[in-house]
Amino acid sequence: MAYSEKLLDHYENPRNIGSLDKNAEDVGTGLVGAPACGDVMKLQIKVGPDGLIEDAKFKTFGCGSAIASSSLVTEWVKGKTIDEAETIKNTDIAKHLALPPVKIHCSVLAEDAIKAAIADYRAKASKKDETREAAE
Amino acid sequence: MNAIAQIRRNDQPIYLDYQATTPMDPRVLEAMMPYFTYKFGNAHSRSHSYGWEAEEGVEKARAQLAKLIGADEKEVIYTSGATESNNLAIKGVADFYKDRRSHIVTTVTEHKCVLDTCRHLEQEGFTVTYLPVQQNGLVDLDVLRAAVTDKTVVVSIMAVNNEIGVIQPLAEIGKICREKGAFFHTDAAQAAGKIPLDVEAMNIDLMSISGHKIYGPKGIGALYVRRKPRVRLAAMIHGGGQERGFRSGTLPTPLCVGLGEAAEICMKEMDGEAVRLTKLRDRMLKGLNAKLPEIYVNGDLDQRIPGNLNISFAHVEGESLMMGIKNLSVSSGSACTSASLEPSYVLRALGVEEEMAHTSLRIGLGRFTTEHEVDTAVGELVHHVTKLRQMSPLWEMSQEGIDIKSIEWAAH
Repeated sequence: MAYSEKLLDHYENPRNIGSLDKNAEDVGTGLVGAPACGDVMKLQIKVGPDGLIEDAKFKTFGCGSAIASSSLVTEWVKGKTIDEAETIKNTDIAKHLALPPVKIHCSVLAEDAIKAAIADYRAKASKKDETREAAE
Repeated sequence: MNAIAQIRRNDQPIYLDYQATTPMDPRVLEAMMPYFTYKFGNAHSRSHSYGWEAEEGVEKARAQLAKLIGADEKEVIYTSGATESNNLAIKGVADFYKDRRSHIVTTVTEHKCVLDTCRHLEQEGFTVTYLPVQQNGLVDLDVLRAAVTDKTVVVSIMAVNNEIGVIQPLAEIGKICREKGAFFHTDAAQAAGKIPLDVEAMNIDLMSISGHKIYGPKGIGALYVRRKPRVRLAAMIHGGGQERGFRSGTLPTPLCVGLGEAAEICMKEMDGEAVRLTKLRDRMLKGLNAKLPEIYVNGDLDQRIPGNLNISFAHVEGESLMMGIKNLSVSSGSACTSASLEPSYVLRALGVEEEMAHTSLRIGLGRFTTEHEVDTAVGELVHHVTKLRQMSPLWEMSQEGIDIKSIEWAAH
């Protein structure tokens, strides 16, 4: 199977590997996939006071395409608002990395991961609002 | 070893996939060459010296191959390879004896060509028992004994598994089959030339052999068919009645000669080669174990051919690992099935968890593998496994003491 140069670059020099504090209020964590299926992605975003994603980190268990897809997504979300980040489509990821047809599911998983991280961040934020209201 | 220079060019990756195929031994090629050129006759031509010369070549090779497995040369027929041999053996006896016996016994870890043949026969009305294997990959003899009945026509159990290299207890299986009056067929594609095989001592009635797994040419194989007591087969390819009528068609003389030569070399060098390969395999395993925690060998390590390792590198997905170790040619699962994304059915049959099966590599060592290559391979594997673990969320969780099984994963 021939992989694109962009994909190989992300696999060999993955961007933003690592972890953020999952308990921090300004961090959203998405953990998607399943070990039994051979793909697990953990994607985290840190949202600044201005509402922009100021940092993103990932860790992925999966094939080279899965690693490249998650690495790419962390690059794309940085500097975006969470609403903007939410519009990232798996087809854009697949197109950018020229994923072969059998690897399209990797891009789907990356989209799921960013959505899950955003959902986690939003859940934390609304919980924070509730506690504040309750305190008032 | 000068031969290595002829086998691998310097710009090629290190070949560690000897269970998929083997390079042809230069000595085999040398024996074949005349039969591609001036000894080009049809081995079945009786009226001139071209034919006689070719016939002499294929018959010498038949004797060389027979000697490797303790058979008589009259009991060896040429085929296109182990897939055809397996098809002919199982379908051939099933069809011939179908009025008396209509049950077949095999195992779940057989090669696809045996399993698929059995599936086909099920559609034809035969019943097939697929025996499980134990955690070490070996068949449980009591389970086998219980499965074979007076309706069983053939028991087909591979001698050595292609993914995990484990050696089945052939003599014991043969004994059970003989007691029960069922034929014993063994797919010996991965075993011939690597471990001693004796069709008499092991009570083997049918045995499949492949040329390209024993440093011979591709496109040739053989089927051993016992003459005393006689095993009868319905032919699949009809024609001029060559090969005792079991397999018509003009013999590919150069390939037959190559197969014979390959068998003879294997026989002469088997003992020394086993010692050398065991040393190399131990060296590799020791090297990996010294630097990498949480790696597991799949399949029995003692009842195993020397040239095979199948290792799970916990929390590192096999395909991504293969992408990293660009300079090493290995496989994840068997080459026949690695196009699919399913984890190996052989590993699953051993009870290896699905997530662990996704982390496994098959590493095959062989005649042209050097100590230097093994050391290079260890270095690359250690480097890439470590790197991929650094980016694996599962590794991170296991380091934090989180039980991965305790998490509710959404299957996708």
